[in-house]
Amino acid sequence: MPFVFPLLIASVVFAAFLLGHQRAKALEVGSAGVRLHSRPSYHGLLLAIVSILAAVTAGLLGAVLAPLFIAWAALAAAVIAPAILSTRLVSGFRARNLFEKIVWLLLLASSAVAVLTTIGIVLSVLYEAINFFREIPLLSFLFGSHWAPTSAPPSFGFIPLLAGTLLITLVAVIVAGPLGLMSAIYIAEYASPKARAIAKPLLELLAGIPTVVLGFFAALTVAPLIRRMGEVIGLSVSSESALAAGLVMGMMIIPLISSLSDDVINAVPQSLRDGSSALGATKSETIRRVVLPAALPGIVSAFILAISRAVGETMIVVMAAGLAANLSFNPLDAVTTITVQIATLLVGDQEFDSAKTLSAFALGLVLFLFTLVLNYIALRVVQKYREQYD
Amino acid sequence: MTEHRNTLSPAHLARRHSAEKRFRVYGLFALGVAGLFLAFLLFDIVSRSIPAFTTQQVTASVYIDPAKVDADEPAKGDYGGLAKDAWRDLFPDIVDRADKKKLTGLLSSGAADALRSLVVADPGLIGKTVTVPLQVSDDAVLFYQNASRQLSDKEVIWLQTLSDRGLVTTGLNLAFFSNGDSREAELAGIRGALTGSLLTIAVTLLLSLPLGVAAAIYLEEFASRNHLTDLIEVNINNLAAVPSIVFGLLGLAVFLSFFDLPRSAPLVGGLVLALLVLPTIIIASRAALRSVPPSVKEAAFGVGASHQQAVFHHVLPLALPGILTGTILAVARALGETAPLLMIGMVAFIVDVPGGIFDAATVLPVQIFLWSDLPEQAFQSRTAAAIVVLLVVLFVLNALAIVLRRNFERRW
Repeated sequence: MPFVFPLLIASVVFAAFLLGHQRAKALEVGSAGVRLHSRPSYHGLLLAIVSILAAVTAGLLGAVLAPLFIAWAALAAAVIAPAILSTRLVSGFRARNLFEKIVWLLLLASSAVAVLTTIGIVLSVLYEAINFFREIPLLSFLFGSHWAPTSAPPSFGFIPLLAGTLLITLVAVIVAGPLGLMSAIYIAEYASPKARAIAKPLLELLAGIPTVVLGFFAALTVAPLIRRMGEVIGLSVSSESALAAGLVMGMMIIPLISSLSDDVINAVPQSLRDGSSALGATKSETIRRVVLPAALPGIVSAFILAISRAVGETMIVVMAAGLAANLSFNPLDAVTTITVQIATLLVGDQEFDSAKTLSAFALGLVLFLFTLVLNYIALRVVQKYREQYD
Repeated sequence: MTEHRNTLSPAHLARRHSAEKRFRVYGLFALGVAGLFLAFLLFDIVSRSIPAFTTQQVTASVYIDPAKVDADEPAKGDYGGLAKDAWRDLFPDIVDRADKKKLTGLLSSGAADALRSLVVADPGLIGKTVTVPLQVSDDAVLFYQNASRQLSDKEVIWLQTLSDRGLVTTGLNLAFFSNGDSREAELAGIRGALTGSLLTIAVTLLLSLPLGVAAAIYLEEFASRNHLTDLIEVNINNLAAVPSIVFGLLGLAVFLSFFDLPRSAPLVGGLVLALLVLPTIIIASRAALRSVPPSVKEAAFGVGASHQQAVFHHVLPLALPGILTGTILAVARALGETAPLLMIGMVAFIVDVPGGIFDAATVLPVQIFLWSDLPEQAFQSRTAAAIVVLLVVLFVLNALAIVLRRNFERRW
């Protein structure tokens, strides 16, 4: 049953196409010596697209005004609009120009969706966040050192979350930075085509693993492993240590750092390497003294983007990091992150009027701004410091 | 720079050459770590998942008592009671109430389902005795798979007797692929989650592919260089880097609160994921359109095509393989996405397989997340098994993208 109306409308649209096509054909044959401005198929396409647009418009209007009659309204509009327009099809009618104008507008509208999405994100997050800051002063949110949204009275101090996020991100970048960069150097400078054909898909495979899978692995395998290793050397490691989450997150961002660095290393002109070799430098000396400095802005930008990704990553930390907001810089302790709190605050039923729910939107706003600034810096670093070689 | 003295002395040269070798080894080491991690991850998950793909059933003779099953309404019979009776009849010498209860606990609460469908299909069986395999509980399954010591000695002896009598059959765990979610591990399956994923991805694809390609065509072919175009471009690049959980907040505030769409529905999940992958599809499509040489378009202009005719009849078909490759990769990403769907309520416990995009549903990654939280050991292997299924699907999608790229993408 739910497919009846879409099918009906589709057949109406097809009928509209045929109608336009036929009428144009008839004009061509009927009045000898008269040439149409546009080919008959454009007359058909015009009627078809008008029919679709009418149906969509009526459907949307119907959704607002009378939800029960959406489908009927859409169907009626799909029939009426092309029927009216078909009476205006005369020999000089510029069907193609009109059709192309409509298509152009649709293309423009499609590219505006991205802008609308951003506006939607900003407005929705900002609106709820402002509601939150009406109850909780901004300063006590930003500089409070205690986070307990569910206790009574709740306290919303952002600092422990920030510290936890940064701690896990730091572990991830310490792991992934050297490994990702060295992988990129090896792939770009040393690997034979055969080795590259193995290494690149390997990293792509790693990049393609869903983070929920990495989270499962972190929580069930890596965290107990680290805990046991800690016991062996006499350290007490929390079962939800920042180290485990950070390690696995590091593995997640290796492919990102590696592929971005690979691109910028490849973009360094060969003449620089040749010049360095001609002076007698070994390959590694060339890489360290010539290639890497030349590629540095791009590499820095890759690292910043990786940090931004790690800060916004949710599933690994939800599954492997803790819930309790400890203000600790020890990677063996359990810490919590911004994304973990957003996820836990909003899972389940929500009341939009409680400060607890609203605080998730405030955290979302902070996260959005944080990643936005990081991405902007990454972009600026490349623009400002990139050497122009050509 | 002290190094610049004696650069030609043999000792110095040897040091430089060994530094060269070391540097190379660091590179290999880094790749090796990534490779080992991947191998360890896959091995760990596959080995955890193996128990979930098989299950044990015990063959028993069940008397379909006409007193318990009404011939007019065979679907409403007390099959649970029948299965329990048949199960207890396997051990006629157990009389103690507590023991009986323990014994019944070893039978799955879903054991009656197979019996019911059998009788509903053939009501003539009522009043007869049939031999059917009864599903055992998850603890018993774990025992037969040598994975658990959580049972009491008595229970172990009973289960051992059954297998000594040759009544235990081990088979593929078909229920895992044909059932929805369940509180009982031995009955829980991924069909609901798979269907939910399929519906969600269908919505995502139907929205994001046309929108993304249209936006890419506009930006690449028709947009004039002005502030509006710049704004749109900066926007798309920024949107591609926004954390996925923020899209979940958008979905919650806009689609659920403002437009009042149903919670947990694949429609909303698909909408959110469509917005999430839209920038990726736009960027990939633009790259594909750009790689078509301008001479193609100019030739079309030369024979009198309009701008749109040149683009839609000539440039777009040539760019299509590249666009589809990018789209498949974006879909693969959407298929593994979890965080934004948590925000819009796709985490509810849903037993029924969703029938449409308005029904409450969950998706495979969220199912994995939900199961991973459960304490039972049997759910752990099911989580791993669901991950294996998800990874296989993603692997197939990626392979498809590679094939598409190899066979259809033209280099100019």
